[in-house]
Amino acid sequence: MAMNYPVRQRSFKPPKDLAEYPVGIAFPAGHLVETNASWRSHRPVLDAGKCTNCRICWLLCPDGVIHTSKPGGLEIDYDYCKGCGICAKECRQKAIRMENEAL
Amino acid sequence: MMPAQKVFLSGNEAVAAGVRLARPHVIAAYPITPQTTVIERLAEMVEDESLKAEYLHVESEHSALSACIGASAVGARTFTATSSQGLLYMAECLHYASGGRFPVVMMNANRSLALPWNIYGDQRDSLSLLDCGWIQVYAEDAQESLDLIIQAYAIAEHPDVLTPMMINLDGFVITHTYELVSLPSQEDVDAFLPPFLTTNKMDLDHPMSLAFTAGPAYNQAFKQLQHQAVVSASKIICEVEERFGQRFGRNYPGLLETLYCEDAEFILVTLGSVAGTVRPVVEKLRSLGERVGLVRIRYMRPFPDTEIRNALAGAKAVGVLEKDISFGYEGTVFTNVNSALMRAKVQPPRLLNFVGGLGGKDISAEDIEQLFLRLKRPDDGETVVFI
Ligand code: SF4
Ligand code: SF4
Repeated sequence: MAMNYPVRQRSFKPPKDLAEYPVGIAFPAGHLVETNASWRSHRPVLDAGKCTNCRICWLLCPDGVIHTSKPGGLEIDYDYCKGCGICAKECRQKAIRMENEAL
Repeated sequence: MMPAQKVFLSGNEAVAAGVRLARPHVIAAYPITPQTTVIERLAEMVEDESLKAEYLHVESEHSALSACIGASAVGARTFTATSSQGLLYMAECLHYASGGRFPVVMMNANRSLALPWNIYGDQRDSLSLLDCGWIQVYAEDAQESLDLIIQAYAIAEHPDVLTPMMINLDGFVITHTYELVSLPSQEDVDAFLPPFLTTNKMDLDHPMSLAFTAGPAYNQAFKQLQHQAVVSASKIICEVEERFGQRFGRNYPGLLETLYCEDAEFILVTLGSVAGTVRPVVEKLRSLGERVGLVRIRYMRPFPDTEIRNALAGAKAVGVLEKDISFGYEGTVFTNVNSALMRAKVQPPRLLNFVGGLGGKDISAEDIEQLFLRLKRPDDGETVVFI
């Protein structure tokens, strides 16, 4: 599920007291609490013309923010993309370009 | 109970035998004197398939514990062993394991810390890491070492505890000394120690984020829970020891052991193998009519504060003998004993801190007799005494 538009609206209920904390630092997956804090310096930009839809980027994105639900192509969720550039490096078609957005 | 086998084992070999009986899934360790023979025996057991475990050859102690944490995070029972510099090299991961509530069991061969370089036993390695959130226990001999390994999994994996546990053996004095050890049967250990079950693990059916960040709003609560868990381990330790005694016929006294403290005027408090030297001296002085006693601290965390107060309540003078010094102040065991006594609303006995055995310096029976004599002498204002 995290690989395809997580239900961002799933509400995070802060624990009220110690008894509501998990044992061990753990939380059910699927919760995205805050968008990235704008520390991304480069954003991946997809060239749909070059993309063969092989989904290597989707598979390797460490944050699972490349989504396949959009008909006809991929979509990068810039709210959560951290700009690591793995997708651009791994794309064999060179269909992803890292664009400087810190300027 | 199945008949136990009597075998002649070193402390390290007794630990390895205990680990095999506990059936860990993953062992990751890096060799260091005087721990090496533990993991050599375990590697042989894995190779000859008498122990069905994954044995990971790692490149450092930091990696050894990291591997155990990772394995524990998928619900595996894990074991590692180290000593001295290796334990310090693990320091970062010690906090990861306890903070993540991964019940890794580790044997530490107590050994001095460089410099000067030295491979012999003292307890500065583990005592300098008393605050890392692990349960810490100190064995007196090979049998206790073996029994503690088996008990450790039952304690550390208990749902109220879920905290890693460090079993300390004095380097060489315990690790390399051969003793006759009673080896429990696998059937009995299996009945005593069921497989490890936890919900604090990666699980495809219940996907969770594990071991993540907690900011200022939530971080302290996790630390409070960790503290509660170690405190509640006191009760679990006693329950586990009772169950152990019923099944294996060997009874352990809880967080500390006392000898003649009921009416003793002069008491030595110590931990680890040196208690074995103090014991016959106490017996001898008792036979001469001296009212002397011994407290052997077994667990440093959780700390037996109530038990310390009870044991030392009637004493005139108490000496804390430890192989440790917190430079510029006093020994860490002394600090803890002193703190426990300060909480008692009675006039505390006179307290002396005997620091000895550093870098393996011998502590003889004659030295112990001298310590009791020193306790009887009038207060000369000195607290920390190197022996
Ligand atoms: S790796 Fe490149 S070609 Fe493959 S799906 Fe991603 S962008 Fe398209
Ligand atoms: S830049 Fe990194 S985080 Fe962003 S989409 Fe590519 S792989 Fe994922």
